[in-house]
Amino acid sequence: MTNTIDRYSNMFKKLDQDKQGAFVPFVMVGDPDADTSVDIINALIEGGADALELGFPYSDPIADGPTIQNAAIRALSHKIKTTECFEVIKKVREADKEIPIGLLLYSNLVLKRGIEKFYQDAADAGVDSILIADVPLREADRFIAVAEQTGIKQILIAPPNASDETLAEIGKKSQGYTYLLGRAGVTGAETAVSIPASDLINKLAQYKVAPPLLGFGISTPEQVADAIKSGAAGAISGSATVNIIAENLGQPEVMLEKLKTFVSNMKAATSK
Amino acid sequence: MNHLDSKFGEYGGMYVPELLIPALDQLEQAFIDAQKDPEFQAEFMGLLKDYAGRPTAMTLTRNLVSNPKVKLYLKREDLLHGGAHKTNQVLGQALLTKRMGKTEVIAETGAGQHGVATALACALMGLKARIYMGAKDVERQAPNVFRMRLMGAEVIPVTAGSGTLKDAVNEAMRDWSASYDKAHYLLGTAAGPHPFPTIVREFHRMIGEETRAQILEKEGRLPDAVVACVGGGSNAIGMFADFIDEPSVRLVGVEPAGKGVHTKEHGAALGKGTTGILHGAYSYIMQDEDGQIEESYSVSAGLDYPAVGPQHAYLSDIGRAEYVSVTDEEALIAFQILSRKEGIIPALESSHALAHGLNMADEAEDDTIIVVNLSGRGDKDLAHVHSILGDAFTGGADND
Repeated sequence: MTNTIDRYSNMFKKLDQDKQGAFVPFVMVGDPDADTSVDIINALIEGGADALELGFPYSDPIADGPTIQNAAIRALSHKIKTTECFEVIKKVREADKEIPIGLLLYSNLVLKRGIEKFYQDAADAGVDSILIADVPLREADRFIAVAEQTGIKQILIAPPNASDETLAEIGKKSQGYTYLLGRAGVTGAETAVSIPASDLINKLAQYKVAPPLLGFGISTPEQVADAIKSGAAGAISGSATVNIIAENLGQPEVMLEKLKTFVSNMKAATSK
Repeated sequence: MNHLDSKFGEYGGMYVPELLIPALDQLEQAFIDAQKDPEFQAEFMGLLKDYAGRPTAMTLTRNLVSNPKVKLYLKREDLLHGGAHKTNQVLGQALLTKRMGKTEVIAETGAGQHGVATALACALMGLKARIYMGAKDVERQAPNVFRMRLMGAEVIPVTAGSGTLKDAVNEAMRDWSASYDKAHYLLGTAAGPHPFPTIVREFHRMIGEETRAQILEKEGRLPDAVVACVGGGSNAIGMFADFIDEPSVRLVGVEPAGKGVHTKEHGAALGKGTTGILHGAYSYIMQDEDGQIEESYSVSAGLDYPAVGPQHAYLSDIGRAEYVSVTDEEALIAFQILSRKEGIIPALESSHALAHGLNMADEAEDDTIIVVNLSGRGDKDLAHVHSILGDAFTGGADND
């Protein structure tokens, strides 16, 4: 089975009509456990998320700061398996057929399962895109080839230090959306995003990259509004979302309410 | 694109965030330029000779081998300044740091040997060093922590994850992804993303080159085998590099079997691991069925790493090098034998290579020449070995 619906393109079309940018929250699948994780993701959707970015827990996440590392540790403390992570996604997909679902994870989880099997399982679970944090363009071709076979969009990262050659190649290969890094470093709300200079946004347009969503260091509605004003197609917020989970582990009902409110406040800042 | 091969067969590569690619490309270019620059080479060679003490000695053991027609030599990297081979490549990378106009150095360390080597090179060259070390290792290796701090390095305990070497590497890479403009990541072994495995090999290849010259001078022919311990594999690749194209020379790598490779407590990534990606390279690693990285174990902190350098994975696959493993117990016996019989206290890491070298020598035919790379000295291990052997230990004097 391959995905035939282009949920990202549908989302961007609709947002365009409504004169809005996208707000995309990130959480770790299985954090704090598989069942709560389903409730958490559903709360993000209820709060008004335009798309979802979901992590799979990994033991050695070199691109992540402490907040997301700890989310992975909480998930792995229950020895959650890759197969169970896909089960969580299936449940979310059953409840919402339209929302684009992206995975953000590390290469070894994909390799160990087998690239073909991993992508096929993802497609079967209703996943739209996969971003592998430690696969740069230079190593991406064999992943992109399998992505195309299975109807998954391979998401590429445009870092703030990217050369013109890199941006040109992203232009040729990007699908779905482009993850635009708001700053150097690792994930985390401690260091704020810097809003990209207009010449970077212009270059992205010039090289025809898939719509850029700005991530890394986004935790407030003001930053979302600034990202969209600067020309990004939307904003991704990971650590700020995960912090709400971490701070409310003992009170899941309160946690879900706070997540809904957080997402709806961030979403309210996406008007163009 | 890369100017040097980034892979050894299918192994190696650059599995890092896109953000780090420009820094790795810059490093590759600086390395290529430096290799062709006579001034750089003269400075590197000068430091190796006058500061670090190269060439290191080649010692024929007198009392280890019962067959008088079998010769067991030791390549004495334990005599190098800093106490281990690590000083070689650290001096090279510190010079590259300056060449790139960077003023800071990031490093990871397990036992502290790479941290000490980094600290001394940075002290010498006026670079600011910050060294990540697992919180557990900071406790276990207090003398090396003090050495690093004496030489001006900042030692940062890492509590994330399991608080050991692999987590220190993770933390160093995280630091680098925010600081690459002014900091160089001085990776400590022949692993990690391209170009590190190549740079580390080239900056250690004098180990094998000197061995060749010294054995030719003493014996008039090449050795039959060279033996080295393998954690990430830097001293082994330094010893092997100059002999890879000499099929008559067996290349033998010795991994840590810990409490036995049938248990979960070992560090034999090549022998018992499976292929996967860790710290930027595709190689053999220790992992579960989902690809989560497993903890390695060895009595020797310098071999306690759940992956192995990608060129070793390749040399193993094509059958050019052979890899075996030695348990904690066997290594501890070799540690005591060398101390007692030759008056040389080896590092626990090197004791693994020696233990296997001794077995090879026992079984060897007449006229066999074996060289064991004695990669480091054992001073750093004294307290640890003392605690294992206990206060009742009286040495060999009363039980020979």
